[in-house]
Amino acid sequence: MESKEPIVQIRDLSKSYRRGSQQIKVLEDISFEIAEGEFLALMGPSGSGKTTLLNLIAGIDKSDKGGIVVGGVQITSLSENELARWRALNVGFIFQFYNLIPVLTAIENVELPLLLTGLSKSERTEHAMAVLDLVGLSDRTEHYPGQLSGGQQQRVAIARAIVTDPVILVADEPTGDLDRVSAQEVLSMMENLNTQLGKTVIMVTHDPRAASTAHIVRTLEKGILT
Amino acid sequence: MIFALKLIFKNAFRHKTRTLLTISSVVIALVAFGLLRTVVSAWYAGVAASSATRLVTRNSISLTFPLPLAYKDKIKQVKGVTVVSWGSWFGGIYINEKNFFANFAVDPGSYLKLYPEYVITPEQKTAFLNDRRGAVAGIKLAQRFGWKTGDLVTLKGTIYPVDLDFVIRAIYKGRDKNTDESQFFFNWDYLNESIKKVSPGRADQAGFFIEGISDPLLAPSISAEIDSLFKNSLAETITETEKSFQLSFISMTEALLMVIQLVSFVIIAIIMAVAANTMSMTVRERIGEYAVLKTLGFGSFRIAGLIAGESMVIVMTGCALGIALTYPAAHAFRDQLGDYFPVFNVDGRLFIFYAAASALVGLVAAIFPAWRAIRTPIAEGLRRIG
Ligand SMILES: Nc1ncnc2c1ncn2[C@@H]1O[C@H](COP(=O)(O)OP(=O)(O)O)[C@@H](O)[C@H]1O
Ligand SMILES: [Mg+2]
Repeated sequence: MESKEPIVQIRDLSKSYRRGSQQIKVLEDISFEIAEGEFLALMGPSGSGKTTLLNLIAGIDKSDKGGIVVGGVQITSLSENELARWRALNVGFIFQFYNLIPVLTAIENVELPLLLTGLSKSERTEHAMAVLDLVGLSDRTEHYPGQLSGGQQQRVAIARAIVTDPVILVADEPTGDLDRVSAQEVLSMMENLNTQLGKTVIMVTHDPRAASTAHIVRTLEKGILT
Repeated sequence: MIFALKLIFKNAFRHKTRTLLTISSVVIALVAFGLLRTVVSAWYAGVAASSATRLVTRNSISLTFPLPLAYKDKIKQVKGVTVVSWGSWFGGIYINEKNFFANFAVDPGSYLKLYPEYVITPEQKTAFLNDRRGAVAGIKLAQRFGWKTGDLVTLKGTIYPVDLDFVIRAIYKGRDKNTDESQFFFNWDYLNESIKKVSPGRADQAGFFIEGISDPLLAPSISAEIDSLFKNSLAETITETEKSFQLSFISMTEALLMVIQLVSFVIIAIIMAVAANTMSMTVRERIGEYAVLKTLGFGSFRIAGLIAGESMVIVMTGCALGIALTYPAAHAFRDQLGDYFPVFNVDGRLFIFYAAASALVGLVAAIFPAWRAIRTPIAEGLRRIG
């Protein structure tokens, strides 16, 4: 593992938000690396900048200063359009509130990221069916999000995140809105993705049980990583 | 593409009440617009139907002042004039004032010669010409009151102190689409003799003369020549083409027509505002969803397409229903107010305007919301969820 190039390299990363005339420093000169195939949990109190850091790594936010290299690509120097294309191919997202499109069925939600690839309709359906099967929902493909439990919705979201076979999976409090049983299901699913499919997983959480699933736990406090 | 369309349609009908209200306002606005435009063209229908080979001579003071009947012989002498007819506005009332329609006395033979667009069968024409108390009604007017040939009709005089009894001898049909089929005319001699009995001073006076001319290009010179015949007489004349004669009626209401035209365009502006408001509300509610789509890699172009597509679906549905409902609405309108608008036809070209205006409205309504969805940073959009 030591011989491998890290999948994520962060150098002197800083980010602040402006609120009126006030400048709020959220991240201050953060540097760290994540090895390929790692399962990392990012902990810390509310408002410590976990989401901000995760968004920066996933290419959905812009840093003020510093560099981020993911899978050999310096994403901090990509244009907005290049970044969008890069995300579509390289990053799978799992959110706290699932963020499925309510008017689309489970299989349509999973199909969504594939619309940006050159796949045909039948190939898209085939891929979507395969990942829904993987998360144990092959009997719920035509259900709308509103007809599924929270745990099932999060499993659809996991299927959507992995359908494009991304390099990294980012999850922002994926169990934050789930009961214990569903949370456990989701966590073991993410563990399987890491161990069996070799996906690099970066998970923000403040649930210690969730963090214990990860191999490495880093804590963010007052903009500083420990 | 099919997937995108499915998403657009599902999104458009997500908030059923809001979407249906928006569609309804588009439909109501377009139908109102269509009716107003049809009213305007109905107003001008008399002008459109007027002939370039007919001149009208009236008293220079105003239409309400008559001219001596003897003028007809002088007018006949003018070179280029082929036929001279004359008439008087009778303004009679049938049973009560609500049954308004145009009715006037004309010189039968010359009048029918000048108006070939009033189509009458030869038998009915002969019957009319041979009956001093005969009258001719347009088919629409006859249908309105259920008249048949042979029926007796009495008109109470308003301008003249006489009530006249008529026998319907002929019912005419319009030769052209814009021919007025709700006129009523009768023998001028009958009116004149009746007046002679009660107020002899008002007899032998015509309200107007109508001249048929050989060449429309001669209209200005013939008009000038006719008017010069009566210069410095007790009753000077104004002669003009039938078209400008009709327009002089309309110009009295020109200001009103301008207002109607203006209102019809204000209506389009209003549906633009309604549609834009719907789309802004929709996009504001879904800003998180657009952030999710952007996270997945959907670019500005696709996001804008989804929003513009949704706006188009809503407005164009309204447009289609508007087209479908304009004819029934125009029919209902004609049933209620057709007496005032003898010619009330919906112009098919109106629907090209509907489609163009709707497409514009759909597009404009989507611009600001789409711009907003595109410009909202993803991280900020995602924070709106939960
Ligand atoms: N768009 C923004 N504008 C202003 N302040 C923000 C914005 N996003 C986040 N912040 C602030 O940045 C800090 C870190 O937020 P976040 O990364 O969401 O923390 P965490 O995920 O650890 O709870 C918080 O104080 C938050 O209020
Ligand atoms: Mg957070």
